[in-house]
Amino acid sequence: MRLVAPETVTFTQSGFCPGCGHGLAVRLIAEVMEEMELSEKLLAIVDVACGSLNIDSWRFDTIMAAHGRPIATAVGVKKVRPENPVMAYIGDGAAYSIGMAETMHTAIRNDNVVAIVINNSLYGMTGGQCAPTSLPGQITTSTPKGKDPKKAGMPFRVDQAFSGLDIAYLARGSLADAKGMVQSKKYIKKAFEKHMRGEGFCLVELLSPCPTNLNMTPVKSVERIKNEMIPFFPLGEFKDKKEEA
Amino acid sequence: MAKVLLKGNEALAEAALAAGCRFYSGYPITPQTEILEYLSWRMEEVGGEFIQAESELAGINMVLGAAAAGARALTTSSGPGFSLKQEGISYLVAADLPAVIVDVMRIGTGLGDIAQGQGDYWQLTRGGGHGDYHTLVLAPASVQENADMMAEAFDLAEKYRHPVLIASDAAIGQMIEAVEIPEFKEHDINKFDWTIKGCKKGTEQRKIQNVYYTHPDYEGYLSEKYRQMEQEQRYETVQVEDAELVLVAYGISSRVCRETVEIARAEGLKLGLIRPITLWPFPVKAFKEAKAAKAFLTVEMNILGQMVDDVKLAIESKYPVDHYGSIFEIPESDGIIAKAKEMLKKEGK
Repeated sequence: MRLVAPETVTFTQSGFCPGCGHGLAVRLIAEVMEEMELSEKLLAIVDVACGSLNIDSWRFDTIMAAHGRPIATAVGVKKVRPENPVMAYIGDGAAYSIGMAETMHTAIRNDNVVAIVINNSLYGMTGGQCAPTSLPGQITTSTPKGKDPKKAGMPFRVDQAFSGLDIAYLARGSLADAKGMVQSKKYIKKAFEKHMRGEGFCLVELLSPCPTNLNMTPVKSVERIKNEMIPFFPLGEFKDKKEEA
Repeated sequence: MAKVLLKGNEALAEAALAAGCRFYSGYPITPQTEILEYLSWRMEEVGGEFIQAESELAGINMVLGAAAAGARALTTSSGPGFSLKQEGISYLVAADLPAVIVDVMRIGTGLGDIAQGQGDYWQLTRGGGHGDYHTLVLAPASVQENADMMAEAFDLAEKYRHPVLIASDAAIGQMIEAVEIPEFKEHDINKFDWTIKGCKKGTEQRKIQNVYYTHPDYEGYLSEKYRQMEQEQRYETVQVEDAELVLVAYGISSRVCRETVEIARAEGLKLGLIRPITLWPFPVKAFKEAKAAKAFLTVEMNILGQMVDDVKLAIESKYPVDHYGSIFEIPESDGIIAKAKEMLKKEGK
């Protein structure tokens, strides 16, 4: 386990709350970029939600795109600069709610971009409203009596919805503990390896803690991932399209 | 280059390529679909990228990415689809990104219909999306101008790092005329330092985001940017100097009005025409030429007379301004002349 963060992690004053998972994801991405010697090439697109703060957390050329549109914006970038790695970094609200059409159609076209989706089971930036990923019974600011699956549906599982599509890679990792992070880093690396080989759309979802909006301590919020989220959102690789000979 | 016969929409598409555009993403909607169809095969021939997007929202946000990466990027739409582009146009403005967006106007509100219209004037000139902005708007009146204005639109977009809109309409888009496509120009995606290309160690990271977050004097910066853009007034005048009544019309309506002036003058009625080529900035300068005018009449394919307020502002409301609206068809000279006579009669002529 390395102790020194890559040079591309800026350590400027962060807007993230204590115990937030975004910093962990940034660190993993920056390490993967350094190991693959892509740090000077990565073009990143962030959403306007909490992940937008990454524009100052890392030192990659970055676009802050409209809410839910970073994957579409990434497609535009990749077409113009096909030699560069291009990554959209977004939350579950952006990827699976307002930007579902963009996510789905990028997958249908199997466009060669990497999507890192941070799943914290709620809307973080706006103060913790119900998301398509919120768990049954989850108390949020827009489901004060708990999310009712009869009204709002069951948590959206990208592994079920997307694994039938002709995409290059689909995996889900966790940022809840060291084991999860080691695994998540492997998924991120594999996604970028496939991306650099031009295999197509790679989506890695990361289960991430949001203690502030869950009204939990940081420790409790990572325990919640292990005890409550993983049963709904299994970890692993769901699509790993082999290179065509 | 020799003249060729092309449909307005196709001429516009080919001229975009000539101007160095190598990225297009759009969504089908009548009456602009020929642009998308033409570029679906032609873009590949010139080594560019064409994407039929899943929606106008995706299309404009792909354009935003392509523009940030340095390409000359284009998207096109009409009426209902143009409304969906507004989110992205607002973001392009906010992030100081150049791009060209074409609205081949169709008739009406909501769905409206596929016939020609000029009902998007307010949306085009007032900043059609949320926030506090204008965009430069060019209004072609012929197939040749559809072609000529593409290069100009991209140049202006880069000059100001700002999206530029082209206000075409179904009539110009669908008509076939002889056109000379401007010479092909190459565009270098690394021409500007601010485009994202990868951040070398020890160099400054490029951030494409709302200028609000990055500029120390955001207010001053924006005021100055718009002050400069306001100088880009383009217009044409036809016998305005001695005209007692001045018609004000753009696009296809201005072509009719040109003929109207001729017919009226043959009858001894002194009409003139101011044809705004830029809808924003509105060509206020042109109205200085109207030294004998007693009244102004806008001729537009809409019901509410959307350009009337701009004319009133240009002449500081010193003379009456009225509107000849024809929503279901292209305006005709007879009706315009009758309305002009009525107005002049009221003014005691």
